[in-house]
Amino acid sequence: MLISNCFSKTFVISEFFPFQAKYISQCIDEIKQELKQDNIAVKANAVCKLTYLQMLGYDISWAAFNIIEVMSASKFTFKRIGYLAASQCFHEGTDVIMLTTNQIRKDLSSPSQYDTGVALTGLSCFVTPDLARDLANDIMTLMSHTKPYIRKKAVLIMYKVFLKYPESLRPAFPRLKEKLEDPDPGVQSAAVNVICELARRNPKNYLSLAPLFFKLMTSSTNNWVLIKIIKLFGALTPLEPRLGKKLIEPLTNLIHSTSAMSLLYECVNTVIAVLISLSSGMPNHSASIQLCVQKLRILIEDSDQNLKYLGLLAMSKILKTHPKSVQSHKDLILQCLDDKDESIRLRALDLLYGMVSKKNLMEIVKKLMTHVDKAEGTTYRDELLTKIIDICSQSNYQYITNFEWYISILVELTRLEGTRHGHLIAAQMLDVAIRVKAIRKFAVSQMSALLDSAHLVASNTQRNGICEVLYAAAWICGEFSEHLQEPQQTLEAMLRPKATTLPGHIQAVYVQNVVKLYASILQQREQAAEHEAAQAATQLLVDRLPQFVQSADLEVQERASCVLQLVKYIQKLQAKDVPVAEEVSALFAGELNPVAPKAQKKVPIPEGLDLDAWINEPPSDSESEDEAPKAIFHDDEQKPTRHRQPEADEEELARRREARKQEQANNPFYIKSSPSPQKRYQDTPGVEHIPVVQIDLSVPLKVPGMPASDQYVKLEQERRHQQRLEKKRKKQRKEKQREGRRRRHSSLHTESDEDIAPAQQVDIITEEMPENALPSDEDDKDPNDPYRALDIDLDKPLADSEKLPVQKHRSAETLQFPDREEVPAVEKKSKKLKKKEKKHREKGREKARKKGKEKGDDLDFWLSTTPPPAAAPGPAPSPDEPEADAVVAAPKEECEEAKREEPENNEDDEEQEVEQKPSKHKKKKHKKEKEEKSKDKKKSRRKKPPSEAVAEPVQNGALEEEPLPPMSSYCLLAENSYIKMTYDVQGSLQKDSQVTVSIILENLSSSFLKNMELNVLDSLNTKMVRPEGASVHDGVPVPFQLPPGVSNEAQFVFTVQSIVMAQKLKGTLSFIAKNDEGSTHEKLDFKLHFSCTSYLITTPCYSDAFAKLLESGDLSVSSIRVDGITMSFQNLLAKICFHHHFSVVERVDSCASMYSRSIQGHHVCLLVKKGENSVSVDGKCSDPTLLGNLLDEMKVTLAQC
Amino acid sequence: MIMPEEIQQQIVRETFHLVLKRDDNICNFLEGGSLIGGSDYKLIYRHYATLYFVFCVDSSESELGILDLIQVFVETLDKCFENVCELDLIFHMDKVHYILQEVVMGGMVLETNMNEIVAQIEAQNRLEKSEGGLSAAPARAVSAVKNINLPEIPRNINIGDLNIKVPNLSQFV
Repeated sequence: MLISNCFSKTFVISEFFPFQAKYISQCIDEIKQELKQDNIAVKANAVCKLTYLQMLGYDISWAAFNIIEVMSASKFTFKRIGYLAASQCFHEGTDVIMLTTNQIRKDLSSPSQYDTGVALTGLSCFVTPDLARDLANDIMTLMSHTKPYIRKKAVLIMYKVFLKYPESLRPAFPRLKEKLEDPDPGVQSAAVNVICELARRNPKNYLSLAPLFFKLMTSSTNNWVLIKIIKLFGALTPLEPRLGKKLIEPLTNLIHSTSAMSLLYECVNTVIAVLISLSSGMPNHSASIQLCVQKLRILIEDSDQNLKYLGLLAMSKILKTHPKSVQSHKDLILQCLDDKDESIRLRALDLLYGMVSKKNLMEIVKKLMTHVDKAEGTTYRDELLTKIIDICSQSNYQYITNFEWYISILVELTRLEGTRHGHLIAAQMLDVAIRVKAIRKFAVSQMSALLDSAHLVASNTQRNGICEVLYAAAWICGEFSEHLQEPQQTLEAMLRPKATTLPGHIQAVYVQNVVKLYASILQQREQAAEHEAAQAATQLLVDRLPQFVQSADLEVQERASCVLQLVKYIQKLQAKDVPVAEEVSALFAGELNPVAPKAQKKVPIPEGLDLDAWINEPPSDSESEDEAPKAIFHDDEQKPTRHRQPEADEEELARRREARKQEQANNPFYIKSSPSPQKRYQDTPGVEHIPVVQIDLSVPLKVPGMPASDQYVKLEQERRHQQRLEKKRKKQRKEKQREGRRRRHSSLHTESDEDIAPAQQVDIITEEMPENALPSDEDDKDPNDPYRALDIDLDKPLADSEKLPVQKHRSAETLQFPDREEVPAVEKKSKKLKKKEKKHREKGREKARKKGKEKGDDLDFWLSTTPPPAAAPGPAPSPDEPEADAVVAAPKEECEEAKREEPENNEDDEEQEVEQKPSKHKKKKHKKEKEEKSKDKKKSRRKKPPSEAVAEPVQNGALEEEPLPPMSSYCLLAENSYIKMTYDVQGSLQKDSQVTVSIILENLSSSFLKNMELNVLDSLNTKMVRPEGASVHDGVPVPFQLPPGVSNEAQFVFTVQSIVMAQKLKGTLSFIAKNDEGSTHEKLDFKLHFSCTSYLITTPCYSDAFAKLLESGDLSVSSIRVDGITMSFQNLLAKICFHHHFSVVERVDSCASMYSRSIQGHHVCLLVKKGENSVSVDGKCSDPTLLGNLLDEMKVTLAQC
Repeated sequence: MIMPEEIQQQIVRETFHLVLKRDDNICNFLEGGSLIGGSDYKLIYRHYATLYFVFCVDSSESELGILDLIQVFVETLDKCFENVCELDLIFHMDKVHYILQEVVMGGMVLETNMNEIVAQIEAQNRLEKSEGGLSAAPARAVSAVKNINLPEIPRNINIGDLNIKVPNLSQFV
């Protein structure tokens, strides 16, 4: 994918001409005038101007509706302008975008290929999930259009559709695959493009296409397609190493044969990817590596900067697995460091990072240091600085053999003017000084020199500036003050008045460490019995500390005050000649151990601890306000105090260490970074009797302000030379003492590396990890990744339910509603059918499984054959024909489907609940039946296209929070001592002139009721549907018997001719009541009332369709008003929805629009408004009589509220 | 991805400044600006006289391929406008869009064959002509906009220096 812009060398006009804004606003006014005109040409012209203004940065979304008007113009010229404007300013938040659906559909099926093309292009820029869902099927059809121009656009836009509507991927994929072999190269390339884009995100799903792509790769001559395919293979090889083996040969051939640099480059890249995936023990591929490196060298040596850049980029990929092959080109890469192009220099730096070894580290860093001096831009210099530190510190200072050298490099880096990375340097200093015990002495001497050199202090004091290193320097000098040679001098340096100009956090560290220094001076002096000198030191502190006490920084002030009081107390004690040194240094006793950066994260959560649960009840708002500042204060207080155990004496510490060692030894998760765990916790003196370094470095080059690192390089070389000699001698003596003892990291070292022993014994103290640390931190994918939704298995055959939603007439979609009116017989039949279907499905599933296996075998077979290039690329997997398997449902799919249905089912249940509540008084059997039905309902829903889930935004008000009063649509028909009849009338959409009457028959007596028969007196308009051959006078038998106390429901179908008026039919239920005494023939008369409402069917309606309906002007108007209503508006709506079969289209405050349809297709629109105590209903309907009657009925309902 | 106009402008400005300060003899790739997409994205540009053509692409595109594509695009412009210059682009911005849309659709490369692109453009132009009198309309539209700016400030515009900004084509992702 690409974003593209293009613009000229010049500035935005508005930057030059600030007064332009006035003209633009004038122009926009003019455009607004033009948009109001009826002439489409003028409108289009105005929209065209708007597109220009949009590019200048003006918002034109206000004209969205006009843009749609222009889009729907009949002439191509205008249409194109409209779509252009739409593609520039429409996005998912544009509300009118849903109005475009039909227009776009029309254009897509236009006979002119350019209308279609323009619509596709436009749609590709503003497709939304809704549009994608509604149009997916249309676009899929276009994929097989006769014109390649349309085909290629349709193929390409499918990617956008997949992104917005992932369900479409599986149904559309077979056709997409077909297009890979389209005769038109443009279509083919588009298909390759889309599949590559898909595969890049979820490569594993596309492995099965490998043979097909392989065929394309060996047969295609289109470089674009080749590049795409080769890139795709690069993504696939890590998943299937055998694929890589197969690829090597054709790719190598391409590398040798192609003249196109872009293709060559991509081939090399993919070969590298293959080699990486094969990296474990494939020695015979060294030829390929050599070839790649060779070709890359040619690229890098090319005068074209682009090739140079890309060559370096690819080189860095090889570096990861085959560092040796790259290291031989060090000269070339160092040369690139001198390039005038910054991007190239940065790339070269990246490469250097991976190229260092113990041998060449000093040399490389030296080179980099000279670049640091030369570099002009601060950004590049900072980049260099961070790279130097990265290179040196990588994998636990693996390559550093001489830490004195590293410290002096760090000190040299502090001389950089205006760097932003003072903090980084400081962190390194601290890290090295803490973790490399042997270097502390040297580090302390360097740091004290740093503290002495005032020029740093004088320079910039901005945050992160270089003065940050003083933080480290002060801390190191304080913490390891026992190594200081002239502590007095350092103490004075830290107490200079200039120190108060430093940033607060540094001053704070100064104060703290001044005391540490003081403590060690005190000890020295007291041991030497120089009491006066000790007192002098105290006096110095008493004199100088007040300057910190006056600091504006709270932290500094507080620490200084504490320290000052402490020192004054000591002074008193000293005056009495009490020895204090022991106690003062006890304040700072103990050793700090470094903690691993991830330690905190790895602490396992103890069982039974719920981190989300409140420990205390959450405080109320007012309380938390009071508490907040307190908490902050608390924080402040805690931060600086370091947690130490001053009481712990040496013995205690040793004991603890021992215990910890034990624990760590037993802990499998403990990460041992040093291979010699015995050494790790040696007591400090242990360092001294390691007989490693005999060379005299005890006279460190500590002349401040002099780049000392160079000397170290020299010294190091000498040292290594000597070492080698020594080694020879040792060998001669055949001593078994092995050098290996000094190795810290045995992995990855080349042999020559191993020979170089570090100058200092660097026991990099293992970072501490918590007990039971979790083994690894799993890096989960971002759950919000939009491409995740496209992680779909494409090899499974298509399920029935997965067809793309096809545009149907609304009525077809609402078939689900009248379920419950189905005549029982029909129901049974359908059940049988379903059973059959099920069986069939199961069979299909097996087939699918087999097929899947076969397919896997195909791939295996293809991969296992020894590479037969171009000629015989193995059998491509037979393209599965999903159409043939349409009925087949892979089991997983069903699960998914079911999951997707779930929320819907819930809604169902809610609806059901509403219905079931009133029926509680009815007996169990009835309930059962209902449940069954609801199941059926669910099933029938499942069959619907998934779009339905979204297409039902309006849930009859039942979804809202407020609990609804129980409602029942069943009303009493007739009752006597034997039986009670309640009924409900429902329209059925299947047949436009039929309604179904459900009658619940409840046996109230203790008799057994049988031979029930229902008969009605037909009118001209309304007739009961009787079994074939029956006359109008025959009744319809009820298909069940009723034992005492049982109720059941029977359904009867009636045909109606005109539905605009309510009807009444007289009828009789005859039955035989049988009890112990005998049986009697009984009759019950009733009047069936067909209200107009019963002809309505709840039909959802989109607000845009609704608006169109209202605008159409074919509807007649009528209204009613009912006073004295206290019910809440929501319940009111629910009531109307329930009793009158309406659905809410839109609801704003106390106003709602509602919609329903009659079985004969009359639209009924309502606008319900609630006043204070009244409700007014304005109705619009295609039939005025129907509307009048409906409103009258509604009035009755509402009057009951 | 369509973004608010201010962000679009900001991206254009940032990209512009990034590209502008680069010499001709350094490479044509720029790694991710802060506003555009992050590290997966690269700016790839070509410089023609006073014009920069900048594409922002992610790692699924071949860098050298995109450079070729820019070349194809510019050559197509050249054919369609007959010796294209900045003024053609600024006065027929809509046409430039239509041409670009034949090369890149919805952020994906649609066609790389120049002859095919030119053929489609010409067919569409013929269709537009056949629809008659309207062909004048778009031209008028641009000139109308142009007239807003130009007459008021004729002295300041030095066509030689080309104080023209060819705005960004719509943002595709």
